[in-house]
Amino acid sequence: MNTSRRNFLKVAGLSAFALTSGMAALGGTAQAQIAPGRYEKGAKALTAKRWAMVIDTRKFNGPEDYKPLIEACHKVHNVPDIPTDQNIKWFWLDKYQHVFPDDMNPHLNERTKKASFPLLCNHCTNPPCVRVCPTQATYKMADGIIAMDYHRCIGCRFCMAGCPYGARSFNFVDPRKYLPAEAPNPAYPTRMIGVVEKCTFCAERLAEGKMPACVEASGGKILFGDLEDPNSTVRQALAANFSIRRKPNLGTQPGVYYLI
Amino acid sequence: MLEKLLTGSKTYYLWLLFLLVLIAGCGLVYLNQLQEGLGITGMNRDVSWGLYISQFTYFVGVAASAVMLVLPAYFHHYKKFKRMIIFGEFMAVSAVVMCALFIVVDLGQPQRMLNVMLHPTPNSVMFYDMLVLIGYLGLNIIIGWVTLEAERHEIDPPKWIKPLIYISILWAFSIHTVTAFLYAGIPGRHYWLTAIMAARFLSSAFCSGPAILLLLIFLVRRLTGFDPGRDAVKTLTTIILYAMCINVFFYLLEIFTAFYSQIPGHMEPMLYLFSGHHGEWGWVSYWMWAAVVMAIGSLVILIPPQWRTGPLLPLALVLLVAASWIDKGLGLLIGGFTPNMYEAITPYAPTCKEIAVALGVYAVGALVLSLLWKIALGVKKEVGHFSD
Amino acid sequence: MYNAKAVIAGIVIFVVLASSPFWLGYRGKNYTSTGVVLPKDEKSCIEDTEFMRAQHMRLLNEWRDEALRNENRVYVSAKDGRKWTISLQNTCVKCHNNYQEFCEKCHVANSVYPYCWTCHIIPTEGK
Repeated sequence: MNTSRRNFLKVAGLSAFALTSGMAALGGTAQAQIAPGRYEKGAKALTAKRWAMVIDTRKFNGPEDYKPLIEACHKVHNVPDIPTDQNIKWFWLDKYQHVFPDDMNPHLNERTKKASFPLLCNHCTNPPCVRVCPTQATYKMADGIIAMDYHRCIGCRFCMAGCPYGARSFNFVDPRKYLPAEAPNPAYPTRMIGVVEKCTFCAERLAEGKMPACVEASGGKILFGDLEDPNSTVRQALAANFSIRRKPNLGTQPGVYYLI
Repeated sequence: MLEKLLTGSKTYYLWLLFLLVLIAGCGLVYLNQLQEGLGITGMNRDVSWGLYISQFTYFVGVAASAVMLVLPAYFHHYKKFKRMIIFGEFMAVSAVVMCALFIVVDLGQPQRMLNVMLHPTPNSVMFYDMLVLIGYLGLNIIIGWVTLEAERHEIDPPKWIKPLIYISILWAFSIHTVTAFLYAGIPGRHYWLTAIMAARFLSSAFCSGPAILLLLIFLVRRLTGFDPGRDAVKTLTTIILYAMCINVFFYLLEIFTAFYSQIPGHMEPMLYLFSGHHGEWGWVSYWMWAAVVMAIGSLVILIPPQWRTGPLLPLALVLLVAASWIDKGLGLLIGGFTPNMYEAITPYAPTCKEIAVALGVYAVGALVLSLLWKIALGVKKEVGHFSD
Repeated sequence: MYNAKAVIAGIVIFVVLASSPFWLGYRGKNYTSTGVVLPKDEKSCIEDTEFMRAQHMRLLNEWRDEALRNENRVYVSAKDGRKWTISLQNTCVKCHNNYQEFCEKCHVANSVYPYCWTCHIIPTEGK
């Protein structure tokens, strides 16, 4: 190959590269809306500056009391029951020493030691899962809810390593194999194999003006409201009672408070 | 230079055939994983990363370790490494290929993997990890190929390659630092939340990577007669020894901080790794103690100069590679996830299928390495750079 | 040319193979319509047919991002100002409730296999 032809090819190749990458950059910035209509919030939607939950664990007497809450949550969201350690959990129970390991002492009163405490995603103000997600499949919404886009999740599970609360579950197997043929809630999707999932603070119910499923099923034992509003039920409950959060020393600022 | 691939001994072709058969077989297991999901692995809700990601981490180290040849040769003009450098660079290429594959086989939705580029997320360390690995792969392919071609024509490599080489030296440090940041920036995982993680990764990489390289070079010497040069081997062995000493020292620092401070969170992962749970050893405890014994064994052989240069050297290198592999390829991940987020124990052990898929990735790495080294050896033979 | 016979034969075989879909296409029946069955009860979709036919997949992506990320869960049609709840499962397939005769017919004809239904639930279980 002679020099001039070689040089020509080099220049041609470089310009082709520059052109295509320039086009790609343009395509990235100029993303116009596709639909001719417009988007707005639902008229009935419940809104807040920062959603938070206060669980009055004093009013629950043992795991039986939590059962309807778990059932409500898992039914509404089509959460499968997988009998292995590759299971899916959105709302579940554990002992004090596992929920609050840093606050454990060997002479804790029997009631607390034996009691079950509910666990769910803490919807942190400073969420490590959002920080580590490489695709923004997990993100924080304006109202403080940590939400997930299962369409975008690549299943790398970095968020599971990142979450200090073990709030995330991965679909190791096809979840539909562990759900009845007729999905428990036909109005809500299931998940697919290979994506991570977790509690969503029932963002889809809030949009319809409904409280989260567990809050509704708790009959007032779990409060849900706007943490930024001093008159909200959650703020009043926190002002009047002693409350704790899980692993506060990590600086994640959980949005789930426990009255012990 | 590709024509060098087409001529070879019967052993060469049999070896390639063996690798292809292995890749095909393990590929079938991977197809099964694509169908059934990662449920076929031993990973679970609490130990959500396992063998795949640990192998990824280990081979990022192997990739980075090429710098232990390139740095002395280009920053200190240590000429004696020149003959061996290409093998380090090509080993880095195959190691990065393995890293990429280990990430892919670990993904729950691999067909969506380009989402990382479609939705670039500068706050995620994984985004940077992707960038540095792709960059390092490109750098090593370009540098290796161009310098080898220059060697073949017996001319000096083009001037523009020099800056790329200097960049690749700094880049090598970056790939393993960023990989360490995947772990060291996570709140609540006690075993990983340590500022020395990146330094530990680098020291472990700079002993194990060159050790693997030397072992493979010894094998090639036996098969083809290629001689890296006595002094080059001696210098590289010294580098390996220093890196291993620093590696062990860094681990002892971790043990001091955990056990002198007596903070349970810091002690528990190490207690679990070495003594199991409630006095009951897990399978990993045996491996961890084996790693301790092998690390000491390798140092015992490597420290006295007459043993270091003697016939025991390959044994020392094997012990060293095995010890560092157990530390980084098993202990790191298992210690990070045990105890879990509820300070409880969820055991993890890779399944046979998981091991088969990992083996398939190893085979791909071996294939890439064999082909690249075949080219390099062919060129060296052609221009008479085969031995002194 | 070196090895001319083999090279030319190779080129001919390649051209024939590469263009085979076009030749084979002449033998098949003419493409007229996929035969999708439109909903009986509802006459008006959220936007006009041309737009929906060409852009429904992009629209769904945009709906998803608006609803999930910006909590804009209502779409106001440019056609008639009607408000629709953004939901594939609860809005789209309420009218387009015959999966086999609507979604699948066109998708199969065009050889596209979207995996919406690994998560979203197909109406009337008409698989």
